[in-house]
Amino acid sequence: MSAGNVAVCIKNVSHQFGEAGEAQHVRALADTSLDIARGELLCLIGPSGCGKSTLLNIVGGLLPPTAGSVEVSGRALRGPVPREISFVFQESALFPWNTVIDNVRLGMLFQGVAQAERDKRAKRALEAVGLADFADHYPGQLSGGMRQRAALARALSLETGILLMDEPFGALDEQTRMILGEDLSVLLARAEKTIVFVTHSLGEAVFLADRVAVFSARPGTIKKIIDVDEPHPRKPSFVTSEKFTALRNELYALLHDEIRKAVLESASARGGDGRGNG
Amino acid sequence: MARRTERMQRLASRAVQIGFLLALFVLWYLATNVWDVNHLLLPNPVAVWQQFLDVLRSGAYLPDLRVTASEFVAAFALAITSGSIVGYFVSRSRYLIRVFEPLFAGIFSVPIILFLPLYVLFFGLGMESKIALGATISFFPITLATIAGFGNVDRTLVTAARSMGASDYQMFRYVLVPAALPVIMGGLRIGFTIALLSILGSETIASLAGLGHHIVELAEDMDMSRMFAYIVFVVAMVALLNFAVSYLEARGRRHR
Repeated sequence: MSAGNVAVCIKNVSHQFGEAGEAQHVRALADTSLDIARGELLCLIGPSGCGKSTLLNIVGGLLPPTAGSVEVSGRALRGPVPREISFVFQESALFPWNTVIDNVRLGMLFQGVAQAERDKRAKRALEAVGLADFADHYPGQLSGGMRQRAALARALSLETGILLMDEPFGALDEQTRMILGEDLSVLLARAEKTIVFVTHSLGEAVFLADRVAVFSARPGTIKKIIDVDEPHPRKPSFVTSEKFTALRNELYALLHDEIRKAVLESASARGGDGRGNG
Repeated sequence: MARRTERMQRLASRAVQIGFLLALFVLWYLATNVWDVNHLLLPNPVAVWQQFLDVLRSGAYLPDLRVTASEFVAAFALAITSGSIVGYFVSRSRYLIRVFEPLFAGIFSVPIILFLPLYVLFFGLGMESKIALGATISFFPITLATIAGFGNVDRTLVTAARSMGASDYQMFRYVLVPAALPVIMGGLRIGFTIALLSILGSETIASLAGLGHHIVELAEDMDMSRMFAYIVFVVAMVALLNFAVSYLEARGRRHR
């Protein structure tokens, strides 16, 4: 990978919450390095608590890493860079007191986009995610899937080169997330964005990603990166192909041990607490 | 269909409420005209009604209303300003919330009206003591609601706004204030009611003017039907104000 092609360069990043010796001390992320290529869709997958969301927040500048550094387009990261990076969060994070279109406009307002331009881009983004007819609804009037579409529209309207998605479909039912995944693949094939997508769904990872980074149990680090060599937009038939199944099985084998480890660790941690209190 | 039965039920409960009030009036009428309850204890409703119309027509209520209303507006404005500023700054730090929230909640539970003699000593019998008392009493619920409102803004919304590059001012104007407003409105509602109550109440105890003062004066003159007319007047005013506040609250909550 040549330097010009790297959108995000993660170098030896570690993160811990709290200080060593404290009760809440957690080593979330250990010595992780990764280059994310411009225009690729990278999925982060791993057992719960493996630090994949932590890494996403660090890349987004929302959380300073305890050690290591992140470069975005060649510049060291020192906080959010809203002109280059937009977010879609797990819960839709829409402002409930604003209509859908006002939610989309507000992000652009924060960045000083002119009024006329805001209106134009907001309409275009809502059309892209299929919510044009719901522009004047409040988030509370929409289903979970529609709220995530609106959140995606807000992120798209910011026209950033990098899009970070933290389990955006995590709270949705299987069928809704399947449809949203297909639509996302179509949308993103056109948009030419660099996307980092955190998920705990194996199928979602294989279906969407160009590369899947598999995390180890806590303290998390990247165990292996798997390439999914399949052009975007992905067709629904990809899901039933042998290639899909093989990749999914490979991911499953990689993850299985780590998830066992994570479950054991959290069980023993809970047992330890019990003794401490007794 | 469901909507229709819902409306029918609402109409039915309205009818019961109106019937209850009517029954009270009938009892009142019977007590004074048939059962001959002493008119000094309970004046005739017809006489009260005539006095009420006279009060309205003559504008005799105006000087006292002006006093009470000015006291209330001044007290409430003071409480809103100080309460929202103090509440906002306390809400900015976990430590301050931990220290001051229980403190304010504790003081709020004290019947501050008991300190009225002290307020009169400090501020005199005039409007100043009512303003100070009303402001003190409504300061606490407003402050507590402001702390709760700004202290419990959904972290996801704040993070989302930060990731989109909101400045401190934009965060305040477009995220913190709209998120906190419904909770603060609840505190304003309580502050509104108890400021009004304490001002009217303290006017009846120690004062030089105001609606509460005038009601006690009429009682001392044994002008019972006119006193009742004034009570009806005050109740009607407060009911109107409450209605206006509810209307504003409902408008602010449209999107929920």
